[in-house]
Amino acid sequence: MSEPVLAVRDLEAGYEPGVPIVRGASITVNKGEIVVVLGPNGAGKSSLIKAVAGLVPISRGAVLFDGKDITAAPAHTMVHRGLAFVPQTENVFPLMSVEDNLKVACGILKSRESPARIAEIYATFPDLERQRKTAAGNLSGGQRQMLAVARALIVHPKVLVLDEPSAGLSPKFVAMVFEMLSAIRKSGVTILLVEQNAKAALAIGDRAYVLVEGKERHEGVAAELWNDPVVAELYLGQRPKSAGKAVPFGKGSAA
Amino acid sequence: MNLQFVVDGLLTGSMIGLGAIGVTLTYSILRFSNFAHGDFMAWGTYATLAVVGAISAMFGKVSPIGSLSFGWPLIVALVVGMAFTGLLALLLDMVLFARLRRQGQAIIVVMASFGASMALRSLLEFIFTSRPTYFSRAIQIAMPLGFGVRITPDQIALLLLAAVLVVSVHLIMTRTQTGRAMQALSQNAALARVIGIDVAKVVRVTWIIGGALACVAGVMIGILIQIRPFMGFDMLLPMFAAAILGGIGSVPGAVLGGLIIGLAEASAVQLIGAEWRAAVSFIILMVVLFVRPIGLFGFRER
Repeated sequence: MSEPVLAVRDLEAGYEPGVPIVRGASITVNKGEIVVVLGPNGAGKSSLIKAVAGLVPISRGAVLFDGKDITAAPAHTMVHRGLAFVPQTENVFPLMSVEDNLKVACGILKSRESPARIAEIYATFPDLERQRKTAAGNLSGGQRQMLAVARALIVHPKVLVLDEPSAGLSPKFVAMVFEMLSAIRKSGVTILLVEQNAKAALAIGDRAYVLVEGKERHEGVAAELWNDPVVAELYLGQRPKSAGKAVPFGKGSAA
Repeated sequence: MNLQFVVDGLLTGSMIGLGAIGVTLTYSILRFSNFAHGDFMAWGTYATLAVVGAISAMFGKVSPIGSLSFGWPLIVALVVGMAFTGLLALLLDMVLFARLRRQGQAIIVVMASFGASMALRSLLEFIFTSRPTYFSRAIQIAMPLGFGVRITPDQIALLLLAAVLVVSVHLIMTRTQTGRAMQALSQNAALARVIGIDVAKVVRVTWIIGGALACVAGVMIGILIQIRPFMGFDMLLPMFAAAILGGIGSVPGAVLGGLIIGLAEASAVQLIGAEWRAAVSFIILMVVLFVRPIGLFGFRER
């Protein structure tokens, strides 16, 4: 369990030069773990994992994957290495059918393998098979998320990186998404997850980091973090005054 | 009423449609209006003409196929011309567009394509002069089809060629991994990269397909009308109108848009007067932009 598969070292990254959003963050993900990154709005959680996925320019630090330096490697090479990223929104191709969304991700498989792999995915996600001809843009939010995760799994990734998979979903689908992630981990895939829904994420996670202003401020065992007063402090203390929509830790039910 | 305009419209429409496929692909995948697309047509046509000349210099006079106006040299030359035009588009992208694209401002790329258009055209005038030329000066006998409609063997052959090409491109776009990658890139570029699509590779394929089809459209004009350095530039407005009417990014849309504009132009000539021909694509473009800016098969940008 303790062999690191993904390590982020002192990472500085941002969309514009000189304006880093991630400011010296370091996190480690060990093989077989579910690691959760929490933090207030604007803490740089999404930017952190987008930088790992090669989508946000990195100005300092390193990303090590499977022992190799993948810092600022082009985004399209990541799946070849075994790192699959699921963006938060717009994570399906809306005009393509469910099946084409899966097929288009088979590019790195041998063309002979693709049909069998898609059949396996359908066996795991029967809902997707029922909707295989539907344009992905017409799926419900939960099904869209399912398709995005299924598509990421198609290339047998070692690590699955997800940006707020429960965002915008109804409570029923939130539960479904987290159950799905638990099952995926059981199948041997390591998971790195950014979440606003701290309670649900910590319930399935092994370890968690709290990211504040682009840097990890706290780290711990997921189950213990839920009741950790430091975490509540970091969340509430760092909440920008203007951001009325910031979700306080545990929504007042804990801490 | 004479229905000849239907045949004329279908012919003009398929030329516009073939050109519009390139315009719509470039627009949806590279996100800019390539004003040099018309000049790819002209360059492709002149390249084909040059190869025809080279072949006849080597093999002497070759008799035409059946009742067509051309023989195998033109077919071979067209294939060479298509490859040449695809490579020309690729080269222009490498030395010009790709560099400007990296700066991230679409309008600069559009202006650059306008400049490239002028430069390419002037170069053609310099090399081949601006005097019109022809693949063949032979006169073809049009066959009556009834209802006062006449069609020449060349016209039939070219309509068939256009249909075959359109169906092939549609199948490439929908049935092959490369085509799906092109669709993916046009719908969401960041997500396309995330799932492992090499954007540079897809961009290259896009230029080659667009360039090759522009060459065919140009050669069609060359066979049916004449070859001039301005032949492609004059098609620019109808091609853009067709691409926008069909919905940016849609191959069937571009072809249907081309046919509608071709038929509208031809019927305008028949019913109103030839001087209104050029206004037709402009009017259609305006109406589409006001009434349904996403076109027939388009989708709303996120």
